[in-house]
Amino acid sequence: MSSETSTVTSEPPPTTADTELTLRLPGESQKSEAKSTKRRFSDLTDLKLGGNDESDTECSVVTRSTPAKERVVGWPPVRSHRKNMMKKDCKYVKVAVDGAPYLRKVDLELYSGYQQLLCGFEHLFSCFTIRNVLNERKLMDPVNGMEYVPTYEDKEGDWMLVGDVPWMMFVESCKRIRLMKNSEAVNGSELLEKC
Amino acid sequence: MTYSFPEEVLEHVFSFLTSQNDRNAASLVCRTWYEMERWCRKRIFVGNCYAVNPRVLIRRFPEVKAVELKGKPHFADFNLVPEGWGGFVYPWIVEFARVYPWLEEIRLKRMVVTDECLEIVSKAFRNFKVLILSSCEGFSTDGLAAVAANCRNLRVLDLRECEVEELSGHWLSHFPDSFTSLESLNIACLSLEVSFSALERLVSRSPNLKTLRLNRTVPLEKISKLLQRAPQLADFGTGAYSAEIRPDVYSSLQEAFSGCKKLKSLSGFWDVVPAYLPAVFSVCSQLTYLNLSYATTQSPDLIKVISQCHNLQRLVVLDYIEDMGLDTVAVTCKDLRELVVFPSDPFVADANVLLTEEGLVSVSQGCSKLQSVLYFCRQMSNSALISISKNRPNLTCFRLCILEPRAPDYLTFEPLDVGFGSIVENCKELTRLSMSGLLTDRVFEYIGKHAKKLDMLSVAFAGDSDLGLHHVLSGCESLRKLEIRDCPFGDKALLANASKLLTMRSLWMSSCFVSFGACKLLGQKMPGLNVEVIDERENLNLLPENAPVEKVYIYRTVSGQRLDMPDFVRIMGKDKNGVYNLSLCDKGL
Repeated sequence: MSSETSTVTSEPPPTTADTELTLRLPGESQKSEAKSTKRRFSDLTDLKLGGNDESDTECSVVTRSTPAKERVVGWPPVRSHRKNMMKKDCKYVKVAVDGAPYLRKVDLELYSGYQQLLCGFEHLFSCFTIRNVLNERKLMDPVNGMEYVPTYEDKEGDWMLVGDVPWMMFVESCKRIRLMKNSEAVNGSELLEKC
Repeated sequence: MTYSFPEEVLEHVFSFLTSQNDRNAASLVCRTWYEMERWCRKRIFVGNCYAVNPRVLIRRFPEVKAVELKGKPHFADFNLVPEGWGGFVYPWIVEFARVYPWLEEIRLKRMVVTDECLEIVSKAFRNFKVLILSSCEGFSTDGLAAVAANCRNLRVLDLRECEVEELSGHWLSHFPDSFTSLESLNIACLSLEVSFSALERLVSRSPNLKTLRLNRTVPLEKISKLLQRAPQLADFGTGAYSAEIRPDVYSSLQEAFSGCKKLKSLSGFWDVVPAYLPAVFSVCSQLTYLNLSYATTQSPDLIKVISQCHNLQRLVVLDYIEDMGLDTVAVTCKDLRELVVFPSDPFVADANVLLTEEGLVSVSQGCSKLQSVLYFCRQMSNSALISISKNRPNLTCFRLCILEPRAPDYLTFEPLDVGFGSIVENCKELTRLSMSGLLTDRVFEYIGKHAKKLDMLSVAFAGDSDLGLHHVLSGCESLRKLEIRDCPFGDKALLANASKLLTMRSLWMSSCFVSFGACKLLGQKMPGLNVEVIDERENLNLLPENAPVEKVYIYRTVSGQRLDMPDFVRIMGKDKNGVYNLSLCDKGL
């Protein structure tokens, strides 16, 4: 099954209220580069806890020639506590929740992985609980039963599902976050349950 | 005719034995001494919480006042141990609460501590005095609130580099007004603001307060107030060391510091504004410990401070200090015992600072008492290492991290075997070694041959074959802890030296070539070892026996298998009889 059968068209109408985002079909874009790394909603895989970027042992060797240094897990041996404490640059991004009158801001540098980020959302928006559905992490408001899918706008202006790329890459490329009501996402759980 | 000392005499004699090793030796002399010793042992140290069952411990030692436990392997500090692996202190706390109502001190390192654990601690031990949590996690500020509220006689609350779920800063206000026994408070790892007025009142009513390490959120302008209330402080950690440049703030800060005649340790210094550094000049000559490793300020500013620290024994600093700053250290700090230099920008390939091997050589030349080194740098040479080893044969701890894995001698492009070989050959008292750079099996040959007092060895991206591992396991007589990552070591050396593993606390190997089959065999053959395969891949059962495991952690134990393992941990080769019954005390999560 593929997400092209979704009802989101390639020229979505502008969404209401505060956001300037435009939804595009997953995988569909004019830009060529890095699109292959953007995953479709259909290709869900497990998120790893703790946000380890390169957990494959086969990838643990660093090639010296790469200018953009590939990070090896746990190297150099500096405690994450120190790494976190050393952060001078906070990475504050806006977090919008569909239906909420105002936005919040979170410092992505404070979190070490996706699970911690979702926990942060739980605290920030105390109405939410984390719900793990079909390997995908969502937030749920138990009062009204609404599900919210965490999405983010990356440096290229695309709206992506939170959780696809390694955590550090996400922190670097995330410009802002939107907790999208599930009905707005690619026909959410209905499609997923068909997988 | 038998002569024997009366019990009271034996007990008195044993009271002079403080080292656990000495007490262990005494307890082996004869049954009487064993019995005598176990009744009067007050302090317990368990280096691996899975090496022994809490029930066994309390059965042997009924009168314990202080316990120290360590949980996760050291490489957990670098995210190599997946979350949920273990190290839960709950079952221990439950047993202690049951049997040691007079327990006074708990020290934990790399353990999972829940709020429930802290609540039990706060209520079960009437005379509880010391809580030191080092690199622990799993608790929140609610747990801290319980400790604050209930531990009437608390003296030490030290949260060293813990990961705390911070729900609020109000926990500090839970110390009652009647609480006056505080001697040491370290909250440097917390990121939420605590109520300053609560902190100030707490400091004011703690006449015995010697150590106060604040967190980043305590503003510089308010530090003077605290120091004025506690001029007896010996160990102080500032918060963020930045503020608008204001003469009144500066002068009260300077005055406050100069009032601290007993101050010997200084730390903190986040976000340093250099203009405020001279405020500490008056105490520099008193200092024996200075930690500027969060001070992201350049070498000249650091030098201005360090050049006045003539009595410094331990220095922790960022590589912003540069070679020039280390030259100053070499000239000024003649009493230096320990040097730690952390990297400011570890993930950048090119050097952002002028710190090379020369800085370390300089300190090794100038500081004759230097014993312990942890040094992060980007280049090293065999000749530098040889110089260091000849300058400082009294080194006991040498940890060198060249940021680029497998970096060779930058002058000759050769491996650094000879350099590290020189270290182990000349530094005959070396107990701890961490290596990096390009290293072949040869360096392990040197280590096996010379490092007879080596207790702990850390190896990464080194060696060519099993022979390397074999040299270490067969040659290092005193080795107790060995941790290896990304080395081409496999089954042969491990199986050939299986019995060596019983003389060690633990062996960690990750991203090496150790196979499932070998782990199973080792586990079967050695009932005294737990061979833990830590592997997060799915469908492990489908992998062949000769496939390498992701990680293996092997440790000696008298408790058999543990029952609190997550699904990515398998203890190999054990049958049901090797089971350690944790079922009655679950992990409390």
